[in-house]
Amino acid sequence: TTFYWFCFQLPIAIRPELFSVQGSLTSYFLICSTSNFPAIMLGLSRHTFRLYNRVGVRLQSTLVVVEHDNKHLNPVTLSAITAASQLGGDVTCLVAGSSCAAVAAEVAKAVGVSKVLLADSADLEGFLPERITPVILASHQKFNFTHIIAGATAQGKSLLPRVAAKLDVAPVSDVVAIKSPDTFVRTIYAGNAMQTIKSNDPVKVVTVRGTNFATAAAEGGSAATETLAIPDLPKHLSSFKEQKLSKSDRPELSGAKSVISGGRGLKSGENFELLYKLADKLGAAVGASRAAVDAGYVPNDMQVGQTGKIVAPDLYIAVGISGAIQHLAGMKDSKTIVAINKDPDAPIFQVADFGLVADLFKAVPEMTEKL
Amino acid sequence: MSLKVLVGCKRVIDYAVKIRVRPDKLGVVTEGVKHSMNPFDEIAVEEAIRLREAKKAKEVVVVSCGIAQAKETLRTALAMGADRAILVELSPKEYEIMTPAHVSKILAAVAKMEGSDLIILGKQAIDDDCNATAQMTAAHLDWPQATSASKVEVTDAGLTVTREVDGGLEVITTQLPAVVSADLRLNEPRYATLPNIMKAKKKKMTTLSLSDVGVELKEHQTVVSVEEPPVRSAGIKVKDVDSLIAALKQAGRI
Repeated sequence: TTFYWFCFQLPIAIRPELFSVQGSLTSYFLICSTSNFPAIMLGLSRHTFRLYNRVGVRLQSTLVVVEHDNKHLNPVTLSAITAASQLGGDVTCLVAGSSCAAVAAEVAKAVGVSKVLLADSADLEGFLPERITPVILASHQKFNFTHIIAGATAQGKSLLPRVAAKLDVAPVSDVVAIKSPDTFVRTIYAGNAMQTIKSNDPVKVVTVRGTNFATAAAEGGSAATETLAIPDLPKHLSSFKEQKLSKSDRPELSGAKSVISGGRGLKSGENFELLYKLADKLGAAVGASRAAVDAGYVPNDMQVGQTGKIVAPDLYIAVGISGAIQHLAGMKDSKTIVAINKDPDAPIFQVADFGLVADLFKAVPEMTEKL
Repeated sequence: MSLKVLVGCKRVIDYAVKIRVRPDKLGVVTEGVKHSMNPFDEIAVEEAIRLREAKKAKEVVVVSCGIAQAKETLRTALAMGADRAILVELSPKEYEIMTPAHVSKILAAVAKMEGSDLIILGKQAIDDDCNATAQMTAAHLDWPQATSASKVEVTDAGLTVTREVDGGLEVITTQLPAVVSADLRLNEPRYATLPNIMKAKKKKMTTLSLSDVGVELKEHQTVVSVEEPPVRSAGIKVKDVDSLIAALKQAGRI
């Protein structure tokens, strides 16, 4: 805990004493009587300072809602922790789930985390927003956060607006930069404009785009973990049945350093095998345009775009993708963009650093072979 | 099971239009620019109409929160087959500060007035890209939410919804009443045929004000600026695979 020290002198002699008041207030009163005019130093913990808030300055205190699968942390949480750290102030991480103590232990080691809250219950299986929301509200009720943050994942985006509504505030979605504790930058119109918004709400509920915040170090921290009592949950509203997740040995799309994506030009799901082979050579993840997913070539979780995944790898190779605005929204922050397409007028060439006008069915196998 | 379905529609700049930032840098140019129904809302309207055609729903009411021109969007929904339309009309100045925080309260109020059993909204509006209205509406009503739906089944117990999530698909069940948000692959919306466009002119369209729905426009957020995104420097065309590999090696990417 951080303490703020105030030092002043009194023209009276007092015995030196040190005492502390337990509970939510912690302060130290220290008297140094080496002179006739002893100095008194009053130390107030951040908590106390917030309670005796006559100056009107409210110190930041952020709740990061951890994304996880009950076994492991999702790396986007480390980006959310970085975003929280940028706000200044404490960073508390909430791990809500079922049999998720291992995740709490993992989060406690992340650098920048002051405290971990663990809400572990079989009733939280499936992370239903109707059930996680009361847990977040109970934490907020107890600790009075200034900010509540989560990664802008499918889960974070489904959950945080519900929390915001309950707190009667307007959520700020998919933030790409934090200008100040109340001012955020986000994209609108499929990334064709950047909007800077100032929130006037007393608590800011924000989802952050993982690719725009470096991951905090996963080791080096040692935060304490506190178990939260689970509040009443509206279990009758909804139930989790199952997840049908794609299994792959390849890197996960959102965090991969290299991504190869295929579009309608691939013509079939089998043809994506060409991309998988190239991806294996490069250690890359494989994505797809909406057209390829709609046509049934690949499953929905591979979609890169305005309403799919937004990625920003070091290398993005777009194969047989025309480059519609909505696709560009999902990949134009990539460091190097390569396009392979037989149509020299395809819009994708306007954003590509290196464009190859060629038949992908020849160029991709050739590239795979030569690497 | 004969549900009263409420569907939200937003009038947005058409998805194919190249938007331009306004000179005052507080928004984008909307004057004289083609507008259409938000594509996700078309999918929501389509789903509601299919439920009525399958006799799971008895009435489809479409609602829009916007300026007077939003009536055009509602007419399109009526032409697709919705039964009745409601416009909650805002002045242009009010519309500038409207966010999902407000729309969700308006929709919740309308749902209560209408006695709706199911609200279907688009997953996100392609102008603000917020992806928040469905979740907030459900919260205000204390109803379950099923966002990013790619399949919705009405059962005796309520709804079984397949959702598109980051790793693939998720199946949940919810009781009714509920709020669903439509994702891309929920269905393929029909085109309004000319006979239906003519029929739509006779369908009922009501206009309500913010005070009729009891919602105040608190300014939760202030837009500080709207700007062009950073421009990428132009790239080059390479002539063959060898040149591409060489260029990437030089850039340190492979």
